[in-house]
Amino acid sequence: MSKRVGIEVSLGVSEAVKLCNADVVAAYPITPQTHIVEHLSELVANGELDAEFVPVESEHSAMSVCCGSSATGARTYTATSSQGLALMSEIVYIASSMRLPIVMTVADRSLSGPISIWNDHTDAMSIRDCGWIQYFVENGQEAFDAHIMAFKIAEDHRVILPVMVHLDGFILTHMIEPIEFLSQEEVNSFLPEFKPALALNPDKPVTMGPVGVPEIYTEVKKAQEVALKNSKSVILEVWKEFGDKFGRYFNPVETYKIDDAEIALLTMGSFGEPAMLAVDELRKEGEKAGLIKLRLWRPFPIEEFLEATNNLKGLAVVDRAITYGTTGGPVAIEIRNVLYEKKDSIIINDFIAGLAGRDVRINQFKQMYYETKEAVKNGKANEYKFIGVRE
Amino acid sequence: MKWPIKNINEIKWQDLELGGAITEPGTSKYYKTGDWRSFRPEIDRSGCIKCYFCYVFCPEGAITIREDGFTEINYDYCKGCGICAKECKGKVIKMVEEEV
Repeated sequence: MSKRVGIEVSLGVSEAVKLCNADVVAAYPITPQTHIVEHLSELVANGELDAEFVPVESEHSAMSVCCGSSATGARTYTATSSQGLALMSEIVYIASSMRLPIVMTVADRSLSGPISIWNDHTDAMSIRDCGWIQYFVENGQEAFDAHIMAFKIAEDHRVILPVMVHLDGFILTHMIEPIEFLSQEEVNSFLPEFKPALALNPDKPVTMGPVGVPEIYTEVKKAQEVALKNSKSVILEVWKEFGDKFGRYFNPVETYKIDDAEIALLTMGSFGEPAMLAVDELRKEGEKAGLIKLRLWRPFPIEEFLEATNNLKGLAVVDRAITYGTTGGPVAIEIRNVLYEKKDSIIINDFIAGLAGRDVRINQFKQMYYETKEAVKNGKANEYKFIGVRE
Repeated sequence: MKWPIKNINEIKWQDLELGGAITEPGTSKYYKTGDWRSFRPEIDRSGCIKCYFCYVFCPEGAITIREDGFTEINYDYCKGCGICAKECKGKVIKMVEEEV
């Protein structure tokens, strides 16, 4: 049976990867991801995980090794953060284009400069268009579960795409939380052995990642886009199977008190928890407040998002990154796009908040709610703003 | 996908292998690169000493050794880089401008 243990979330992630029996881990340590790979290297050194741990000289090499090992048919894992993700980004795009089912944890942290080791989503958004399946988790239990599901999704022959699990740096990675572990038997009953759809094999030579001349590049990209869009049905299927088996369900768009809500906050990752508390307080104040927690980022869950926002009059988007020089943060820009057909009926206010680990307090979430309520009353969205900025 | 491909412009995205992979070995021979050439190497065999430097240095593998021991250039693949002429010990390979 499952056992509940108090453990640092990073170590919980490493233990999940161990339970998935990864064959190759190639990683370079970077704050706040370090404990994940440190613990994995211990597990390998202690003989608890029968895997090749490759201590590479950079993240660029980490993802390159991952591509090579995944191409041979080995279950492959890595983790990184911020500058590491930026350094490996060249190969991140190649992994999805070559359809290599690697699983990577990103311990989300702001990009320099100024130099910052603290949490936000600027690294995640810098890699938004890399073609990986990407989802966010909110707490330690979700972080543990997410990785076991990630391998199953990535390696499904209807998918064969890499999966990136976004986990807020420090806020989650360095927190000690109670996590309900699955036993090896339980994981084995859920996650089948990795059977590559196409693998490097001297007996049957293949060329992976050949040149895409102008006459063929567009076709390769179209195939990749269709694969990512089609992956959604498998993601939902795997999440449901996990829930049916172990009792913990993932949804692409998680909601809280949304049924009769008129105005909702929208968060991604760990901010879902304080935002729930804010909604509880708003409800006590008699407000019809709700919360949308966007879990699945790529492929974007368009239908589920439209359904969740169907009865809303206003949406306060909490953006944890900036898209410089345009209309606000990347999440709000995306959501305005998805809601374009309904643009007259939903007021979207965008708030840049929680950059580089700065706390967003319950009363600030409430402030975002009330400002959005005011905007709904005025029938006009406000310009995006930085929450808590001193001016 | 079935090789050789007659016309690349007829391949649909649905026809592609996973990730655009090529699942047959040796398909580069179907891609003739000779028309990239603006200068063609020509061998004057009367002075050739059969050192085979051209054969060894050709980056395209477009030079082969004939039965009589002389080398030969395959103009279907020679891109006209001129390395054979530069390396030739007997200075018997000349780069001649291609006529359009």
